[in-house]
Amino acid sequence: MRAFILSRLLQLVVTMFMVSLVVFFMVRLRGDPILVMAPPNFDAEQIAKLRAAWGFDKPLGEQYITFLSKALRGDFGKSFQANRPAMELVIERLGYTYLLASAAAGIGLTIAIPLGIVSALKRNSLLDLLSTALASLGTAMPSFWLGLMLIIIFSVHLRMLPAFGALEPRALIMPAVTLGVGMAARLSRLTRSAMLEVLSQDYVRTARSKGLAQKAVVLRHALRNALIPIVTVFGLQLGWLLGGSVVVESVFSWPGLGRQMIDSINVRDIAMVQAGLFFFALSFILINYAIDVIYILIDPRIRFD
Amino acid sequence: MTADIASLPPRRNALLRAIATMLHSPVGATGTCIVTVVVLLALFGPQVSPHDPIKGNLRARFEAPGYSDASGIYRLGSDQLGRDIFSRIIAGSRVSVLVGVVSVLISGTIGVLYGLVSGFVGGRLDSLMMRIVDGLLAVPFIILVVAISGVVGAGLGTLILILGLTGWVTYARVIRGEVLKVREQEYVIAAYALGQRRLVVMLRHILPNVISSAIVLAAVQVGVTVLAESSLSFLGLGVKPPTVTWGLMLSDGRQYINSAWWMTTFPGIAITVTVLGVVFLGDWLRDFLDPNVRGRG
Repeated sequence: MRAFILSRLLQLVVTMFMVSLVVFFMVRLRGDPILVMAPPNFDAEQIAKLRAAWGFDKPLGEQYITFLSKALRGDFGKSFQANRPAMELVIERLGYTYLLASAAAGIGLTIAIPLGIVSALKRNSLLDLLSTALASLGTAMPSFWLGLMLIIIFSVHLRMLPAFGALEPRALIMPAVTLGVGMAARLSRLTRSAMLEVLSQDYVRTARSKGLAQKAVVLRHALRNALIPIVTVFGLQLGWLLGGSVVVESVFSWPGLGRQMIDSINVRDIAMVQAGLFFFALSFILINYAIDVIYILIDPRIRFD
Repeated sequence: MTADIASLPPRRNALLRAIATMLHSPVGATGTCIVTVVVLLALFGPQVSPHDPIKGNLRARFEAPGYSDASGIYRLGSDQLGRDIFSRIIAGSRVSVLVGVVSVLISGTIGVLYGLVSGFVGGRLDSLMMRIVDGLLAVPFIILVVAISGVVGAGLGTLILILGLTGWVTYARVIRGEVLKVREQEYVIAAYALGQRRLVVMLRHILPNVISSAIVLAAVQVGVTVLAESSLSFLGLGVKPPTVTWGLMLSDGRQYINSAWWMTTFPGIAITVTVLGVVFLGDWLRDFLDPNVRGRG
C-alpha cells in the first residue's frame, strides 16, 4: 500500500515535470515570447531591454532551468498587469475557483447519483427516458449559453439573483448550477449503467433472496460496488469542471482563476498565464492522485503488497 | 460458383445493413437528419439565406422575432446592426462544420498514428510517449486551447490548427490501449509467422482493427470541437468578425441581454441541436461498429 502510494507520487512528479515543459514551450510557440508580450508601440531598443530583463536572450536550455528552479520555489515572475508576484494573485483567485468547482460538484452529485439509481431501478420507465433525454441535452448544451439563459430568466426577468460578481453568497448559485448541470448529465448516465451492471450480479440476487429490504439491497450491496467506476469518472469530471470554470467565470464575472486567465491572456501577461496554467494542472493532477488513493479505500479487492 | 460469389457484393451489404439499422434506431435517424441539415446549410447557406448575414440594416435594429419590413421577414429577430439572426445562424453553420470536420481530421490522424506507434513499439518509447500525453492531458483541454490561442493569435485557420493539434491526445490514449489488446491476437502472431515485416503488420493487420474505436471517438470529438470553437469565439479568442460564428453571435447577444433575449437564445439552440445530432450519430455509430453490441437493440 505504501509502495503504491509512493510510486504514484513519483508518477505525479514526472507528470508535473511534463507540465512544466508544456507551460514553458507554450509561450514560445511563436518563437520569441517577446513578440507576444511587447506592446505594438515598443521600439527595438525597448524590446531588447525587455528581452534581457526576462532572460529571453539566453540559450533555451538555460532559460528552462531558470524557469523550473524558480517555479519550484513558487516564483513565476511578476504580473505586469497587477504589478505583483503572479503566484500571489493565483492563490488569491484559486480560492474562488475551488469554491465554485466544489459547489458545482456538489450540485452535480446531488442530481446525478439519485437520478442514476432511480433510472437503473426503473429501467425504460418514463422517468428513465426523461433523464436520458435531459442528460443528452446537458452534454450538448454549451455551458456558457446555459449561464446566459439563467441570467435572462433569473436576473433580467425575475430579478431574483445577481447576474455577476461575488459580492453576496447568492451570487454563487447561478455559476455553480451552470457548471454542475454538465457534470450531472455525464455522471447520471454513468451511475445508471454502473448500477445496471451491479444489479444483475449474483450477490445482489443473494441479498434479495435472503429477504433484505430493497433499500438495503440498493444502498449497501449495489451502490457500494457501483461506486468504483463512478469515483473514477467523478475525478475526470473535476478536471472538466476546472476547464469549464474558465468560460463560466467569464459569463458571470466570477473573480476566480479562470476569468483571471482570460484577462491575462488578453493583455499578454505571460507570468500570470504560466502560473495559472501550472496551478490548473497541479490541481487536476492532485485530484486524480487523491482519487487513486480513495480507490484503495473503497475497493477491498485492490491490495498492493 | 462464380455466379454465386458475384451475387454477394459485400460492400453493398454493409451499406444496406447500415441503412436498415438506422431505420430501426430513432436516435441514429434523428442524429443523421440533424447532421445532414447542418451540413447542407453549411454548403448551400448563401442560396437559402433570406437576408445578407453580414450587411446590416440600421432601420431594423433590435427587432423582435417575426418583424418584417420591405426587405422581408426577420423570423428570429435582428441584432444591434439590424442583421437577421436566422440568416446569421445559417452562415454560422459553415464555421462549425469546417472547424468540426477539419480539426477532427487533423487530430484523429495524428492521434491514431501516435497511439499506434506507442502501443506497437512498446517499451521505453511507449513510456516516454505516454508521459508526454499525461503532461498534455493534465492541463484541461479548454484551458490549454485558450492559452495557446492567446499566444498564437486568433483567426479561423489558426483556430482549426490549434484545435487539431491539441485534440489528438485523447485518440492517442484510446488507440494505444486498443493496440495493446490487438497486438496479442492470434492473427497478428500468424502474420509474423508468415514472415511479414513489422511495418506491414502494424499498418495492415493492427490499424484496421483499431480504426472503429477511432471513428466512434471522432464523432464524439466533432461535438467537443464545435463546443470548444463556440466557447473560444465567445471569449474573443477564436474567430474574429466579420466571419459569422455562433459563439460570436452569443458574445454580441450577451451585451444586450437585458433587452434582446433572441440574440442569445437562438444561436445557443443552434449549437445545442447540432452537438446533439453529432452525439446521437456517434451513439448509433458505436452500436453499429461494435459487433458485441450489434443486434441487441
